[in-house]
Amino acid sequence: MATKAEVLNFVRIYVDKMAEHRQELTDLDQAIGDGDHGINMNRGFKAVDEKLLTFADKTIEEILNAVGMTLVSTVGGASGPLYGTAFLRAGASAKGKEALSDQDVILAFDEGVGGIQYRGKAVKGEKTILDSMLPAIDAMKKSIGEGKSMTVALEEAEKAAWAGVEYTKTIIATKGRASYLGERSIGHQDPGATSMAYLFQAAKEAAQKAGK
Amino acid sequence: MVGIVIVSHSQKIAEGARELALQMAPSAKIASAGGMKNGDIGTDVEKIFAGIKEVKSDEGVVILVDLGSAVMSSEMAIEMISDNENIILVDSPLVEGAIFSAVEASIGSPLAKVVEVLKGAKNYKKF
Repeated sequence: MATKAEVLNFVRIYVDKMAEHRQELTDLDQAIGDGDHGINMNRGFKAVDEKLLTFADKTIEEILNAVGMTLVSTVGGASGPLYGTAFLRAGASAKGKEALSDQDVILAFDEGVGGIQYRGKAVKGEKTILDSMLPAIDAMKKSIGEGKSMTVALEEAEKAAWAGVEYTKTIIATKGRASYLGERSIGHQDPGATSMAYLFQAAKEAAQKAGK
Repeated sequence: MVGIVIVSHSQKIAEGARELALQMAPSAKIASAGGMKNGDIGTDVEKIFAGIKEVKSDEGVVILVDLGSAVMSSEMAIEMISDNENIILVDSPLVEGAIFSAVEASIGSPLAKVVEVLKGAKNYKKF
C-alpha cells in the first residue's frame, strides 16, 4: 500500500537525490553523452520541488501527472520526455485511486516503463534507463509475489537496478547521443540507468520511512 | 497555408532558421520553438505545443527538428493536440528544410507536397 503522503514523500526524496547526485550524473554523461544529464534532471526536479506545496490537495493521479508535465517542459534533454512520459503513464494508472495497493504500485511502474519504451523505442540491452528499470521491476514483482513487504520488494528492486547499472558498463550504446561513440561507450556506465536506480532507491526509502 | 514549426535545442538556431526562411518567403507561417523558456539549451514540450498552436490550421503543420530529444519532445507535443492527424514530424535538415518548406507552403502547396519537398531536402546537393 502507498498513500498519497507516501507518494509525495517519494517524489520529495527523489528531488533531493537529483540535487545530491547532479555532478555524478553529469560526469557520467560527459564521458559518453552531451554531459547534461545531472544538470537536466536536477533542473527538472527542482521545478517539481517548487510545485510540491501546491500538491497538498491533489490526488495521486494529479500529483504524478503534474510531475510528468513539469519534467517535459523543464528538463530539456531526452530524459524529459522519457521520465515525463513514465510519470504521466503512472499517473493515468492511478486514476480514481485514493491509495495504491502493492499491485497498483507494480502497475504504476509497469505503465511507467511501458511509457519509456514507447517514447524511446528502445529495448533491454541498449545501454539505457531500461537496463536498470526492467530488472528492478521484475525483482519487485517477484518479491511481492512471494508475499514480501513493499520495503523488502523495493530493496530487491534497487539491488537489481544497480546490477543493471553495472551491466551497462559491458555493453555498447545503440540509442541516444552515446551511440555515436560505438565501442568506445564500453566501460562506461549509463547515466540514465543510474538516475533510474536512484529512483528505486528513493521509492525504497519512502517505503522504509512509512514502515511498509 | 501549411504551418511550419522549427524545433531546436538552441533558441537562436530556431529563431535564425525562421528568420532566414522568412526572408525567402515573407508570408510563410513559421513558429520557432527552440531552447528552454529561460533560453537554456534544451527542448521544451510546452514551447513546441505553443508553436504548433500558433501556426495550426486545417491545412496542416510540419515540424522540423534538430536531433535527440527534439524528436521525442515534438512527438509528445503532437500527442497533446487532439486533432493531430495533419501535424507531421519530418526527418529533414533543419535550415534547408525551413527554407524549402517556407517557399513551398507560401505558394499554397498542400501538406503532402510540403512533406515531399522536405524529405527531398535530405538529398539536396549544395555543390
